[in-house]
Formats: sequence, structure tokens, C-alpha cells
Amino acid sequence: MGLLSDPNRRRALISLLTRLNSPICVVCYMAGVAWFMGLAFEPFTLRTYMSENAMGSTMVEERFPAGERALTTGREFSAHKKKAGGMPVDWLVKTMQARGLEVFTQRFSRKLPFPDENKERYMVKGTNVYGILRAPRAPRTEALVLSAPCTPGDSNNQAVGLLLGLAQYFRNQIYWAKDIIFLVNEHDLIGMQAWLEGYHHTNTTGMDWSPLQGRGGSIQAALSLELSSDVITSMDLVLEGLNGQLPNLDLANLFYAFCQKIGVLCTIQGKLQRNDWDSVSGYSHSVQTMMLMVMKQASGRPWGDHGLFLRYHIEAASIKGINSFRQYKTDVTTIGRLLEGMYRKLNNLLERLHQSYFFYLMPSLSHFVSIGYYMPAFGLLAVILLLRALDLWVQLATPPPRTEDGITDKEQVSSPGVLSVLTPLVISHLTGVALYTLPIQFQEMAVEQFPVSETEAVVLTAIGVYTAGLALPHNTHRLLSGEGTEQGWRVLKLVAVLYLAVLLGCTALINFSLGFILALTLVPVAAFVTPHVPKVLSAFILVILSPACTLLFSVFFFQELQELPVSFQEGWLLYLSVISQGILDHFLYGSLVYPLIALLVYPCWLLFWNILFWK
Amino acid sequence: FNKTLKLLMLNQWLTVRCVLIPRLKSPGVKRRFRIYSSALLVLQWLTNKDYKGGERFLVKMAAPLTLLVILSVTIRAVLYRSSLAEVISERVEVVSPLTAWKRVVEGLALLDLGVSPYSGDVFHETPLIIYLFHFVVDYAEITFMLADVITAVALYMAVMDYNKQVFRKQKYALEADRYPLDCLELIRSPKEMYYIPLKVAMFYLLNPFTILSCVAKSTCGLNNAVIALFILTTIKGNVLLSAIFLSLATYQSIYPLTLCAPALLYLMQRQFIPVNFRRVSFWWFIAQYAFMYLGSLFVIVGLSFFLLGSWDYVPSVYGFILSVPDLTPNIGLFWYFFAEMFEHFRLFFLCVFQINVFFYTIPLSIKLKEHPVFLIFMQLAVISIFKSYPTVGDIALYMAFLPVWSHLHRFLRNIFLVSCVLLACSALFPVLWHLWIYAGSANSNFYYAITLLFNVAQILLVSDYFYAFLRREHHLSYGLYLKRKDGSEATLVLK
Repeated sequence: MGLLSDPNRRRALISLLTRLNSPICVVCYMAGVAWFMGLAFEPFTLRTYMSENAMGSTMVEERFPAGERALTTGREFSAHKKKAGGMPVDWLVKTMQARGLEVFTQRFSRKLPFPDENKERYMVKGTNVYGILRAPRAPRTEALVLSAPCTPGDSNNQAVGLLLGLAQYFRNQIYWAKDIIFLVNEHDLIGMQAWLEGYHHTNTTGMDWSPLQGRGGSIQAALSLELSSDVITSMDLVLEGLNGQLPNLDLANLFYAFCQKIGVLCTIQGKLQRNDWDSVSGYSHSVQTMMLMVMKQASGRPWGDHGLFLRYHIEAASIKGINSFRQYKTDVTTIGRLLEGMYRKLNNLLERLHQSYFFYLMPSLSHFVSIGYYMPAFGLLAVILLLRALDLWVQLATPPPRTEDGITDKEQVSSPGVLSVLTPLVISHLTGVALYTLPIQFQEMAVEQFPVSETEAVVLTAIGVYTAGLALPHNTHRLLSGEGTEQGWRVLKLVAVLYLAVLLGCTALINFSLGFILALTLVPVAAFVTPHVPKVLSAFILVILSPACTLLFSVFFFQELQELPVSFQEGWLLYLSVISQGILDHFLYGSLVYPLIALLVYPCWLLFWNILFWK
Repeated sequence: FNKTLKLLMLNQWLTVRCVLIPRLKSPGVKRRFRIYSSALLVLQWLTNKDYKGGERFLVKMAAPLTLLVILSVTIRAVLYRSSLAEVISERVEVVSPLTAWKRVVEGLALLDLGVSPYSGDVFHETPLIIYLFHFVVDYAEITFMLADVITAVALYMAVMDYNKQVFRKQKYALEADRYPLDCLELIRSPKEMYYIPLKVAMFYLLNPFTILSCVAKSTCGLNNAVIALFILTTIKGNVLLSAIFLSLATYQSIYPLTLCAPALLYLMQRQFIPVNFRRVSFWWFIAQYAFMYLGSLFVIVGLSFFLLGSWDYVPSVYGFILSVPDLTPNIGLFWYFFAEMFEHFRLFFLCVFQINVFFYTIPLSIKLKEHPVFLIFMQLAVISIFKSYPTVGDIALYMAFLPVWSHLHRFLRNIFLVSCVLLACSALFPVLWHLWIYAGSANSNFYYAITLLFNVAQILLVSDYFYAFLRREHHLSYGLYLKRKDGSEATLVLK
């Protein structure tokens, strides 16, 4: 507290911070980026370890024998699916009943706000089928879920087959202390959303679904299975859920532990683990893995059917079987044993998974970076904003020069009116509201007027509103007070910088990756913009670092990371589809990225644009 | 009034220019100018008393105030109609177990069924509140908006009166040459004081904290209105009404009891009764005030008893406030501490925490004997920080006073840091609540860390204002540019 009350030391510190402000900011930025890149370096990360006591020692035996039979069931399912032209509800109900489950169905329907061109759907109607295996050993207060999506075409039949095979096998075991729910959901996430809302008696997105006839206990954990071939080379674990939420790290640990035990190759982000961390290629491999996770988390969309469980406080992950050109193959029996082992461990849980981390990044499946390690990278970027704010504050607070008779002339440097700061704030937020509402509102009108499809209309309207925001009247203060003053833009910038700092801080707490990527691009803008920098060049930099361009670069970068580079033309189309997906995610599942960008980040960026053109 | 103002300003500058500056040059000139300025003073005094001037003044200042009231009522009415109202009324930052509207509704339902509203441990408001809403429950929204408007107008009038007195005092001090020569900059001009009452009303009505509190229908707004009326009547010098409103405020939430110290100091100052323990007049006045206070408290308590027909409410309201059985998280310091505590230490720490609220009254009253209105501000802040179930509505009340001390800005040291922290914390409360309760990925420690930071920032804010106030007073008696004994520039340090 000495620092806060001793005026001499305070003055020294403040003069140091204002004199060296720019160098300190540059150093902080470099340090932030360097820290972040350092996170993927293996010696700086922690090895994963099982924290949950109930799942600690690997003392379960896996005896699942019926892989071949599961594949046969899968083929049968495929045949019935083809015959029914969708979900073979009757067949599934019959098969599940034959395996001794309590079977229920749920119908749902949903009209999308505009057609989804990626998945080619607009009016969605479907049925979920689920069977409950009642726990013989305990009161039925808790449950586990195993789900497999029923997808159109030829994919994922093996997953349903394995699910049914496991159901038959689990039915004969006596050690279950939790209900196990086997769920086959149609229309992937939409079906999952309907089922979860039905199960928890909530309706957050205005979907139509029939109420569930049977329920198990409160769901403790869930796995979603995707398997499209009879043999696989490796299993991939997908963790990223809605709004960048991640399941407890113990679930990933559990998967990793069983893969090690049974001898299945396991990957995360489709990347195998490498042991040569000290070589350049090894390091770049783990950077790639981590960056993929960061990009996926930042997108805020669920990357598997498990993604919606996390909203209900249920730890969930997706497991995907991958079949590549490797020699070493794993058969379905082994995958069944892997799942059996995981469910037996989850069955042993005494309380919800909570011991391990919820905030982490994974450079490989066996290593993780916890919140305490990655937050400083963001903190170093955020501190730049605070330093700039302090600098502006000191500039604003320095006493005005005195006239000869010792009276400060307050008239000359009268602080700018509240209005000259409030007007840009209100205008930019109204632009944000327009960006949020107009694309959906105007799609019909746009389709009538222009030769475009609904989806294109929505995306192009969004881009149009975004661009139009740049051309808004930015010098409203001249109408109000006649002349823009030096003080005026400083006050506005102070407000904008603090606004951005709070906004990014809150975003980074909920979704670190999104906060970090936004900070990476917006902090330099916030730091350097003044009305006195060269206009054209700065405007160009500002546009390049705006949220929309960040998204464009992210699309290319993501493709590059996945080793699927695209040409500019394809990239642009991908960019358009990403925007439409983002808007759809918001309206279908309640993803927060689109409203966050439209209602808060974009207006904040507009404030800096406003400062640049301050006259 | 415009003319009066101009005269006031003219007079001020004349006093400054003629009394202080020429003093350096020639004593003869000074005397002549002082006679002239005294004449002006008398003139100005007369115009100030002028009834017509007062009327014109009312017309002039009532317009912006009315506009402000209309604007704030509109904002509230819009929010009441939006879907946000429901979300806001569930926020733990905005409503406490004492003030939640949901609980009032429950109490009303019980009352209608003929059961004591205090059975079932849900309702903890006082009987007068429940009987008030028994009649106006259909107009609850209007009642809460009205309470906010009453608070704002009361504060507005109180501050206007207070500013007049401050200005008069300053003028007499200038007259009597009490200020050192280099304190010109510290003297307040009527121009900068002109808009302060309006700013006070604006700080209260447009403060997001007040708006949230009003939209959530937190009964905190009613308590604030009672306290504001108490402040108004005290500043107007009405002893009886002051005592009545103080007893009402005490009846509502116990803690305003500590406001009796500043009220007594202020009223005695106004009636020229010296604060001296050996004087009979001093004790006589205290006895008078105590009699009125206790008498009205007795009447209110008795009335509550006869309304309900039982003493149920005493343990349920005052026991609930003092023994803190409900540990729902809020922005205060109690919940986490008492959730962690071993049961056998509970009573001891309960006493420590509760005495903490009342304890600061004594040292602050001694230090701020001459400045009771600043003491009221300090007491309100201390209460809202350390009370057992604080909400943002309590904070809004003392924050409304900040414009009154706008002349202290040059002496504030941490205002930037503190306002940044308060801003960030206010945004982080809902975020961490979401992570803790809904996402399940954070825990109570995250939320409490922010609570702690929020309260530390408030304490820093208040102590900063305290320091600035004392420092200005120091400068006014010893000069602005202090020298050490060896002639070098000295700095003031608060230790």
C-alpha cells in the first residue's frame, strides 16, 4: 500500500510508465505472443494425470467379445436405413427391445431461420430413439449416456451397430450402478438438442419436440461415438463444445489411459503424439495441435454431438474412429473393449467429475496447459490496454497552462461534453444491433430483389452492414460542439480502451481462445490509433485487423493447420459458409460468438475507427 | 436567479481579486476594496433572500430535473416491460434475501392466507413494508419508480441547501481573512457549484446500479428513499422530522443508526450549540433528539406489533440481519467467510463483523466534527460496504454524493485505478457467476475473489475521498504550497 499512498514513489512510477509507455507496450505484446508460443513446448507443459480417485487405478477387466456381431447389426441397420430413407425407427425400437432395454422415441421438428447449405436442410423433422438399461445395483438416480448419430448416407452404421452390441453385452452384466442410456439421434446436433431439452424439461431455443416418456437419473457423463469403417487405425478424441466449453480433463485422461492399456493408437485434433519434442519438427507439430484446438475453441461451435451436453453440466466427449493408410489396424471388438472399460470406470464415479481442470489447452494427448499457465499470455496483452489507458489519463489530468495573473483559464480546455463521447458510442452500438438483426430480417426481401439464395442473402447482408458501418458519420461531435478537440478524442479513446479491456477480459474467462485471438488483433489497433497517424495506411491496417478480416485469416490459417490448404476462391466460399454457420449456430444452439462479435466487439472496433477520423 | 448568480460570481471574483491579490501590493487599496466588497455582500445577501428570485430559480432549475426524472422513469418503464426484468430480479448482486421482491410476494400470500408472513423463513422485510404493499401491490412498479424519484429529488434539494451553506461559510471565511494567500485555487466558485445538485440527482437516477435495483423491485430503493428524506430534513434543520426519518431508517435495517452522529453534529452546528461535553445545552439537545428518536421508534415498533399481533418480526428481521443465517452469495464480505467458518467461532466473528460497521462512527465523528455532511457520506459508504446483506442499490446511494465532492478531484490519488477496478468487477460478477453456477467450470473462490476486489476498491475509493477532504482542509488553513523547515517542497502523506 506504500505505492498507493506515498506521492513521491507514485509520481516516479507514473512518470516511468508514461515516458516508456510505447516500448513497454511493444515488449508486452512480444512477450505475450512468445509466452503463448512457448506453451506448446513440452518441458513447459504438465503431463496429464488422473485426479479422480474413483477412476484412479485401472482395475477393471474388459471382456467385450462380440465385435463381429456388432458389425453384422450395423449392416442390418444400414439396410433398414436405406429402406426407410432415414431413421429406421421401428427396426431400432424392436432391436433395442430385443436386447432388453426400455425403449422410447422422441419426435422433433425445427424450421431453420434460413436454409443450411452445408447440410442441405431447412425444415427438419426427425425422431430420436433411446433405450435405457436400468441399473441393477443402485437406486436409479444417476445415468451415463452413449450416443451414436444416425447420419444420412453410408457413414456411421458401424457406430450404431457397436452401440447395439454394447447394449446387449452390458445388459448381461450385473455391476452397473448407474442407468445407461443408449441414444441414436437423428439430424446430429438438432436431434441432440431436442433430446437434451426434453430430458431436462427446458426449452431455450424454441424447438418443437414431443416430451420424453422415460428418463434415467441425472446424467453424469456422456460419450458420442462416430465410426464409419469395420477396422480403424486410430481413435480421435474431440473435446471442444458449445461456446468453447471443455469437459473435465479427467475424461480425456480416462480415454488416454484406456488407449494406452488396450493398445489403440489415439489422437487429438487428428494428430498423433510424437516423442521428439526437442526437435524443430516435433515442436512445430505440437504447436500445430495446440493451434488447432485454439481455433476450434474460438469458433464457439460444438465440434461433435457431445458439445451440447456441456451446457447441462454433463462431462462429454466425442470419439471418432479414423481409418487411414497405416498398416496397424484395430478391429471393432477392441473398440468395444475400450468403451466397456471407460463405462465401467465412469460407473465407479461417486460424484460428478470435478477434480481435474476445466480450463486447459492440449498440445498433445498426454500433455496439457492449465489456466494458470496460459492466462499470463493474455494478461500481457491486456496490460497494454491498461498502460495506454493510464497514459491517456495522465495526459488528460495534467494541469492546463496558467495565464499570467495566476488564474487557470478553464474555458479554453473545458472538458468535452458527455454528448461528444456518448454519440459515437450510441451510433456504433446501433450499427452493431443492425448487424445482429438485419441479416435475418431482410433475407426474404433480398431474395426477391437479387438473384441469390437465402443463405447467400443472409451472409451478404451481414457483410454489407459490416462494411456500411465504416462509412457512418463519424464526426458527430462537430455538429454538437463545433470543433473536435484534442481532449475529445482522448476521452473517447480512454473509454474505448477500457471498454475493450473489460470486454476481452470477460471473453477470455469464458472462452480463452476467442479472447486471445481477438486480443492479438485488436490490442495493436487500440494501442496505436490516434487522429495524427497517417490516415490511409492506418485505415488499411485497421481494416486488416478488424474482426471480419481476422475471421477470414483464421479460415485460411485453419485450413493450413489441417494440412488442407485452399486457393483464395475456395477460401472465400469457405469464409461465407463459416459466417452462415456461425449465425445458424447462434439461432439453433445458442452459441454466443455471433452476438458477441456483432453487438460488442464490432462496435468497440468502430470506436477506434471513429478516433482515426477525428477532426 | 441568473442575476443573483452573476452578482454572486462578481462578488466572488471581486473578493478574490480585491481582497487577496492586492494584499500583496498595498494595504491601503485593500481596505478600500474590502469596504466595497462588503457592501456588495450585503446586496447579494438581500437578493438571495428575495422571494421572486427564488421563484424564478425554481422555474429555471426544475426543467432539467423534470427532464431527468422523465428520462429515468422511461428507462425503468421500458426495462420493466422487457424480458430482462426477470433475469435482473434473480441476480444475487441486485437482490438480497432481505430485499428480494419474490420474498415480499411470498409474504403477501401468507398474509392473505391469514398466516404470519414470517412463518417459513422466507420473508424478512419489516411489517410496514408488507402492509404498504398489501395496498399498493398492483402498483408496485410505480411505487419503486416513485421511491427512486423521491430519493433523487430529496438529495437534490438537500445538496442545493448544503451548497448554499458551504458557499456562505466560505464567504465569511474570506471576509475574515482566514484563508492563506496561496489558496486561491481551492476556493469554490458558484459557477462550478451551480450544477452539482442536478449532477447528484443524475448520479442517482441514471446510475446503472440504481436502475438494476429498481427494475428488480428490490426494497432497497424504499430504504434509500427514507434515508434520503432523513438527509433532506436534517440539512433543512428540522429536528423532529430528522428524528422520525432516522427512526424509520433504523427500523428498516438497523445500520442507519450510525447516522445519528452526523445528524446531531449538523443540527447542533446549525443551532450554534457547541460540541462540548461540559455544556448543559449540548446534553439538553442530545436528550431532546434522543427523546424524539426513541419516541418515534417506539411508535413504529408498537404499530408493527399491533398490525401483526405478534413479535414474530423481531427475530425474523433484526435477528436475520444480525446473525446472518442466509449465506447466499452476494457482493458483501459475510457469506464466504461464514460458509467456511467452524461453528464454534461463529458467534465471535459475527460480533467482530457487526461491530465493524458501527465502530467507525466514533473516530470519524471526532475527525469530521466540523463537516457532518461529509460524515454522512462516509457513514453511508461504510454501511454499504460492511453490512451483512449489501446490494448494488446501497452502493448507488453513497455514489450519488460523489459530485458534491467534485472539488476534491485534484487531491484524489487512486481514482483512475479504483474506477477501473469497480468497472471491471461489475462486468466480471455475472461472468464468474455463469462460470460457477451454469458452466460448472469455476467455483465459489473465483466469485469471492471478485467480491473481495470490489470491496477493496470501494474502501480505497472512500478512503481516498476522506484523505482528499482532510488534505483540502489542511491546505485551507496552512497554505497550498507547503514548505519543509529547510525550505524544500513538502508533501503530505497519509499514515
